[in-house]
Amino acid sequence: MAIPSEIPTTFLLGRLDWHAIPQDPIVWATGVVVAIGGVAMLWMLHKYRLWSYLWTEWFTSVDHKKIGIMYIVLALVMFVRGFADAIMMRLQQAIAFNGSEGYLNAHHYDQIFSAHGVIMIFFVAMPFVTGLMNFVVPLQIGARDVSFPFLNNFSFWMTVGGAVLTMMSLFVGEFAQTGWLAFPPLSGLGYSPYVGVDYYIWGLQVAGVGTTLSGINLLVTIIKMRAPGMTMMRMPIFTWTALCTNILIVASFPVLTATLVLLTLDRYVGTNFFTNDLGGNAMMYVNLIWIWGHPEVYILILPLFGVYSEVVATFTGKRLFGYTSMVYATVCITILSYLVWLHHFFTMGSGASVNSFFGITTMIISVPTGAKIFNWLFTMYRSRIRFELPMMWTVAFMLTFVIGGMTGVLLAVPPADFVLHNSLFLVAHFHNVIIGGVLFGLFAAVYYWWPKAFGFRLDPWWGKVSFWFWVVGFWTAFAPLYVLGLMGVTRRMRVFDDPGLQIWFIIAALGAVLIAIGIAAMFIQFGVSIMRRDQLRDETGDPWNGRTLEWATSSPPPAYNFAFTPVSHGLDTWWDMKRFGQTRPRAEYLPIHMPKNTGAGVVIAAFATICGFALVWYIWWLAALSFAGVVIASIAHTFNYGRDYHIPAAEVRATEAARDRQLASARA
Amino acid sequence: MPSIQAEGDKHHATRRAESHGNHHDDGHDHGSLRSYMTGFVLSVILTAIPFAVVMGGGFESRLLTAAVVVGLAVVQILVHMVFFLHMNTRSDEGWTMMALIFTVVILVIVLAGSLWVMYHMNTNMMPQMNHEALGLGS
Amino acid sequence: MSTVSQTPPGTFWETEPHHHHEGASTSIGFWVYLMSDCLMFAILFATFGVLGGSYAAGPGPKDLFDLELVALNTAFLLLSSITYGFAMLAMVKNNRNGTLAWLAVTLVFGLAFLGVELYEFNHLIHLGAGPQRSAFLSSFFALVGTHGLHVAFGCLWLVTLMIQVRQRGLIPANRRRLSCLSMFWHFLDVIWIGVFTFVYLLGMI
Repeated sequence: MAIPSEIPTTFLLGRLDWHAIPQDPIVWATGVVVAIGGVAMLWMLHKYRLWSYLWTEWFTSVDHKKIGIMYIVLALVMFVRGFADAIMMRLQQAIAFNGSEGYLNAHHYDQIFSAHGVIMIFFVAMPFVTGLMNFVVPLQIGARDVSFPFLNNFSFWMTVGGAVLTMMSLFVGEFAQTGWLAFPPLSGLGYSPYVGVDYYIWGLQVAGVGTTLSGINLLVTIIKMRAPGMTMMRMPIFTWTALCTNILIVASFPVLTATLVLLTLDRYVGTNFFTNDLGGNAMMYVNLIWIWGHPEVYILILPLFGVYSEVVATFTGKRLFGYTSMVYATVCITILSYLVWLHHFFTMGSGASVNSFFGITTMIISVPTGAKIFNWLFTMYRSRIRFELPMMWTVAFMLTFVIGGMTGVLLAVPPADFVLHNSLFLVAHFHNVIIGGVLFGLFAAVYYWWPKAFGFRLDPWWGKVSFWFWVVGFWTAFAPLYVLGLMGVTRRMRVFDDPGLQIWFIIAALGAVLIAIGIAAMFIQFGVSIMRRDQLRDETGDPWNGRTLEWATSSPPPAYNFAFTPVSHGLDTWWDMKRFGQTRPRAEYLPIHMPKNTGAGVVIAAFATICGFALVWYIWWLAALSFAGVVIASIAHTFNYGRDYHIPAAEVRATEAARDRQLASARA
Repeated sequence: MPSIQAEGDKHHATRRAESHGNHHDDGHDHGSLRSYMTGFVLSVILTAIPFAVVMGGGFESRLLTAAVVVGLAVVQILVHMVFFLHMNTRSDEGWTMMALIFTVVILVIVLAGSLWVMYHMNTNMMPQMNHEALGLGS
Repeated sequence: MSTVSQTPPGTFWETEPHHHHEGASTSIGFWVYLMSDCLMFAILFATFGVLGGSYAAGPGPKDLFDLELVALNTAFLLLSSITYGFAMLAMVKNNRNGTLAWLAVTLVFGLAFLGVELYEFNHLIHLGAGPQRSAFLSSFFALVGTHGLHVAFGCLWLVTLMIQVRQRGLIPANRRRLSCLSMFWHFLDVIWIGVFTFVYLLGMI
């Protein structure tokens, strides 16, 4: 792209002009495909008159189940984008040998690896995990919704706003070329003068508001909305891990926000926090961002530890081995995750004393994680395991994650890290734990809870195709990176001189292709399952013989989740209910108090997104106006006091009667 | 083999009573005139002393002055917590206090950790700047 | 721990109607938000702690700060705190006009605080000690300015609540909101104690 050295600024459009359209045929082609797809989708929505359905039933919904599903849809859409980036990088690195420059120029390639990281962490893993917690937690604790349903809707739309800004950078302007954490001075105005880093900043800030608020929301939901009798030590393990995750979100995202604000001030106001001049200290940024960054790793993985625990207990038909130790391990990880951040920059030169401290804490944090693995193994020991898809993903996780964890402990040794820092060994390590831990867990969760969300199971055949391509593809793609890393190849390289390395990159690219087939199989599976939904129907609401309260509801659950509040007398409440032959409660149905849908969240988040766009392009009048829009719309919303309504008793009675008939026919 | 945690059942009744037994109109302690005035007088005193000490030139030892100022600030923060923010171990079943303690722990880790890490980083990597970074003031 | 119970432990469903405490989560929810805000300030304090000595051959605290002004500002904030306390006491007594009057007094003190702070910032910038001058001044403006922005936001919220209390009286929803703003306001006091201690007083020693 031809960026003029002096970027002209106009009042009306700020820095936005024709130079903002990338001069790159790859981007144009993508743009054309996206435009055709977008227009086709809009036309379909129009043709089938889906707009008002989407608006009233989904976009403005405050139902935690629908918001959870929307989060996961967002995550899947962004996953396709993030994976497209990944496969482009693999192809580039596989061919850029022997003097070839590959097919991506440096400016484009640097954006791709930055966008890949940002999208995969902030707009795939985070919304996926948040969506999962949103859907499952209230059901597991026997609640009708979260503590702050409107806030939940607003949080989701802020996350969408951040994703929109990030996606927009592909076609208007550029994205950051700094890596996913945008270290200064590279991300400062001197070395990144154009809009890439600004897109990065505002995309993350807008989404970060949503993440923090949803963290507070779910945290308070777990604290305040548990069913009677459900003491802390009777909470389902997934709820426990969700609690710890949300504590981590609330206690770490403010750190990211503050750090990015300081970087923003450096870029917009000319302050000297992280500059090379006038006392600024770029190392402070690295320090601060990793104070957020390490807890973030555990934000991603902890809920999936919960998923694996639920899956293992369900598919072995046994109570989870060592529930108490599992809880304590989770709590330990929560605290310890704040004591290890420096292991991301051992090489920056804090010296032996500091490095030893953080090296040791890092090794300590692997102990509770190891304890969890043993708990799962002991749960499986001598049980009759049903190898359904969620269980297959769980076993794949255990095998994969243990290796990822061990390479992590290797990297925790400061002298070893001095050799391996920023090498492909590191890249292989964190993909090993994030794909092998987080993503596999998310897939296990999707297969496990899909019937609950939609009322039918996913087709197992395509699921197995996807599983095997994924697992084999993962190892084919990342094992070569371990080898290359040990040979000293650093990350984020665009071209290579040593032809001896090429074969490893070709193998890695082959692995990426296998993964692509796995992803395609998964989407085919969704389509096939939707078409065959009548054969795959779950009438019982409890397709896996589950243990926790979400399986006590119909699939999908009614808007109010539970007509009567469940009472817990121990761990695995639904298992107890089944064991003691509890029947569905028979009593006079009462009107149920529920929150009303509202479009305020969409409106405020839209203003915030416009504000972010205006700030990226220095369109100050628009920024001021849209910020005023955020403030005014928020205040106006507080003048709305009629936020709830009652589902009439007759409607509850009708819903529950239909459920009775469904259960009777399922039994027959 | 399924099993039930026997202990904890007895908490059932008490927990229900707790979560529903808060008879304040909005479930929060609002303090009394007496507690507000106590807090106010204490915080005025605790503000006045450090300002007077520093504006009067401080003690002989700068370290002592700094210690007094910081010590009084800690006390004043506690006063505000108790008399203005009505912190106690009971509200919301102790979760308020738990959240505060957790936050203080993280806060200490972040502050102390950053200062420690960055001090070493500066000493090792930017020794020429130490004359500025080391002193308390100019 | 793993006692196997074979007798049914009573009912599994609560079929009696029970009144759910409306807004029971609000105070703890807002408290958790304040805790997260507190950690944002922690980062700004940490930044000030690390960069606060980097004057870049420019002016330091002793050249710039006027403790009398800071003392005046501290007094404003302390007074606003106690007047907000009086507003809450009036609210408990169900005295709408009393609540509104004390809120108005609080607002005046809040605005006075902001006025003095803006004067101070303006003064510093005129001296050539703006946020661009050195890392010390960058972190000073970021920390004190963020606190000021919070106070400004608190004032806006205060005005909104005054209108809502006038319109609808001291209904439970408004009482909840007044309690939340009370927490917010007193929380800003606590942050200010940190600011005047670590930034101003320690800087002047």
